[in-house]
Amino acid sequence: MADKKIFGAVALYKEPNLLIEAARKVANAGFTKWDVNSPYPLHGIDKAMRIKPSRLGIVTLIFGLSGVALALLLMWWTMSVDYPMVIGGKPYFSLPAFIPVTFEITVILATVSTVVAMFAFFFGLPRNAHALHDTDYMKKVSLDHYGIVIEAIDPKFDEKSTIDLLNSLKPLSTAIIYLPEKETYPIFEPRFLVLLLSVAVVVSLGTYLLLNKLMYVQPFNWMDDQAKIIVQSGSEFFADGKGMRLPVEGTVARGFIPYPFEGQTNPTEVLSNPSFPTKENLQLGQRKFLTYCSPCHGNYADGDSRLNGQFPNPPTLHSERAINFSDGMIYHIITNGQNVMPSYASQVTREERWAIVNYIRVLQRAKNATESDLKFVKSE
Amino acid sequence: MFSSEITYQRKDLPASISKIGMILLVIGVVLGVLAFLVDHSRALFNYLVAFTFMISIGVGALFLIALEYAAGADWSVPIRRVVEFFAAVVPLLAILVIPLLLNMHDLFHWSHQEAVAKDSVLESKAPYLNVPFFIIRVFVLIGIWTLFYFFFTKNSKKQDATKNQKFTTINIRLSAIFIPVFGITISIAAIDWLMSVEPHWFSTIFGVYFFAGSVVAALAAVTLATVLLKERGYLHPSMTNDHLFSLGALLFAFVNFWGYIAFSQFMLIWYADLPEETFWFIQKWQGSWAIFSIGLIIIQFLVPYIALVSQPSKMNPKTLKFISVWLLFAHLFDLFWLVMPEMEQMSGGYYFSWIDLTFPIGIVGILLLVFNMKAKKENLIPIGDPKLQKGLDFHL
Repeated sequence: MADKKIFGAVALYKEPNLLIEAARKVANAGFTKWDVNSPYPLHGIDKAMRIKPSRLGIVTLIFGLSGVALALLLMWWTMSVDYPMVIGGKPYFSLPAFIPVTFEITVILATVSTVVAMFAFFFGLPRNAHALHDTDYMKKVSLDHYGIVIEAIDPKFDEKSTIDLLNSLKPLSTAIIYLPEKETYPIFEPRFLVLLLSVAVVVSLGTYLLLNKLMYVQPFNWMDDQAKIIVQSGSEFFADGKGMRLPVEGTVARGFIPYPFEGQTNPTEVLSNPSFPTKENLQLGQRKFLTYCSPCHGNYADGDSRLNGQFPNPPTLHSERAINFSDGMIYHIITNGQNVMPSYASQVTREERWAIVNYIRVLQRAKNATESDLKFVKSE
Repeated sequence: MFSSEITYQRKDLPASISKIGMILLVIGVVLGVLAFLVDHSRALFNYLVAFTFMISIGVGALFLIALEYAAGADWSVPIRRVVEFFAAVVPLLAILVIPLLLNMHDLFHWSHQEAVAKDSVLESKAPYLNVPFFIIRVFVLIGIWTLFYFFFTKNSKKQDATKNQKFTTINIRLSAIFIPVFGITISIAAIDWLMSVEPHWFSTIFGVYFFAGSVVAALAAVTLATVLLKERGYLHPSMTNDHLFSLGALLFAFVNFWGYIAFSQFMLIWYADLPEETFWFIQKWQGSWAIFSIGLIIIQFLVPYIALVSQPSKMNPKTLKFISVWLLFAHLFDLFWLVMPEMEQMSGGYYFSWIDLTFPIGIVGILLLVFNMKAKKENLIPIGDPKLQKGLDFHL
């Protein structure tokens, strides 16, 4: 035992205020390399131990301020220099909108840097061995006791006088803690390494099975697989192996009425206008005309659209010939197409086609207004 | 550890306090009456500012009492009486409110039925903003606060004599009830008294805004009184600067909270840019009001923030004295900024009048008198509280 090196002397207490009292006396005795241990933070212990205020706050301040600067710099550069964008009609650099982001970045930088600095610089972590580990003393102060430890590296330390001092402070018990004979690193022990390895294997296997196997086991089918025909996939039910079937010969869509004059040049004897030019009807005609007809024929059917000159010129609808067309003829041209003009039957419904015819009649009358029409407009 | 008898030598506050309080109150009342005669409308709006300031101090102090019980705080036990004495203005609110109710029509645009009928916004708010319901709310709120004040202080006072721990338990339960009640009632008070001066405005955060400001004001009053009393030896001698640190830290927290809420209110309205909300801030940017708006940020947030940010300054009695007087002024300034630009004759900008100075004199007078009256009757330390020794032993 004699050649064992001493780590320090410890004293245990049952009540926090006794520890604080003892700590005050140890501090008065002039020790510098000593510490107290308690299961939870004690109010007033800093003052009793004469600990200087922690300088951790400086780290927080520096990182907090750099958070402010970084956030503002980031937003200034991205939002108003590199890629300026108007958002909600606000200026490129609008401080009120940037405050929340600045606040968040400040807080996260300040807090994370505080915690990292606390562990790395102030606690001196990581540390894998300490003489107090696994001692009876440490077990007790982690639970319901309060302890003082004076380290042997303190210049004032002397085995006998230090223990006498601690004994004079009315402790529950005192003890000398020895350093281990040789430095041991429990993390390199084979038992620990085997444990580590087996944990790694179990965890990897477990996650593999969970994510790749168990996740795909279906406890209930929830009607995911059904014996039905799915669009664009085959089916063994039919002889030709195709799932999708053609409709029965001669099927027509609901609401479809066949156009019997397809390809004919002049079906006008039988085609007569079924719609009456009410205001709603004319407005519908105007809307459809402006959408489908005006790109070629022009907004007022003058044949003067933007396409003029790029295509075979679309004709004006104010020519003698067009004015003399019957309603049925114009309807037929829209439905069937004429020369370069394709059929518009698929874009414009029957009702809308007749409304366009009525609207073309309005345009034609407006271009060739008579004196009596003007009188009518004036009296309006 | 906690068995030792607490030695407390009761000392009466100097007689000069009641004299000064009385003089200030008389000056305040005389000038106030004069102000009402000279410029009725301006005096009325100023009186509203003073009245809401009293709500802040009284109800804010009541909240601090409940906070101590509900949080199980030890450090604030030795100064709980100071808080209770400030909460004593709560029963007075029922009297102070009367001049406002008598002149309601000059204060609140929505109280004119013919104006409401012409205005679709006011008409849709009429189920809440109407005169009978308003008066009911006023007295129900003051009634609730007075009731809680009465129970809290009665139990605390009884404990001085009996040293019965049961009263602490009762007050803890009362606090748990009071805190949500406080949240609702202070929001209603803020909407009724401060927001309805401009009844067209919308802001859902306004109740919290007033709550933050009122707790700052109450805490500042408590801090000022604590530091002054401690310096003159009226409180327990084993109280240290660590107790002051807790007050300073709480003050710092609520200054930040106020800044957070005030900015949240501003930023959401500024960003959404809806005309029915922005006009309220635009009004506070007219003419010289712009200086007030910028001043508010500096006075109520930046200066106290910088003054209180470091640890030594939070426990420095000199800093605390200065900053609590500053914050009391700041809250008054805040209320002034909320209310006065809505006055028609000041919509273009602020111009000075002696009327603005009269009512704060009266406030100080009333607070001094109430505090002195309570201090004469009761101990300045809750000597029967089971947590008192633990509170006195408080160290950082």
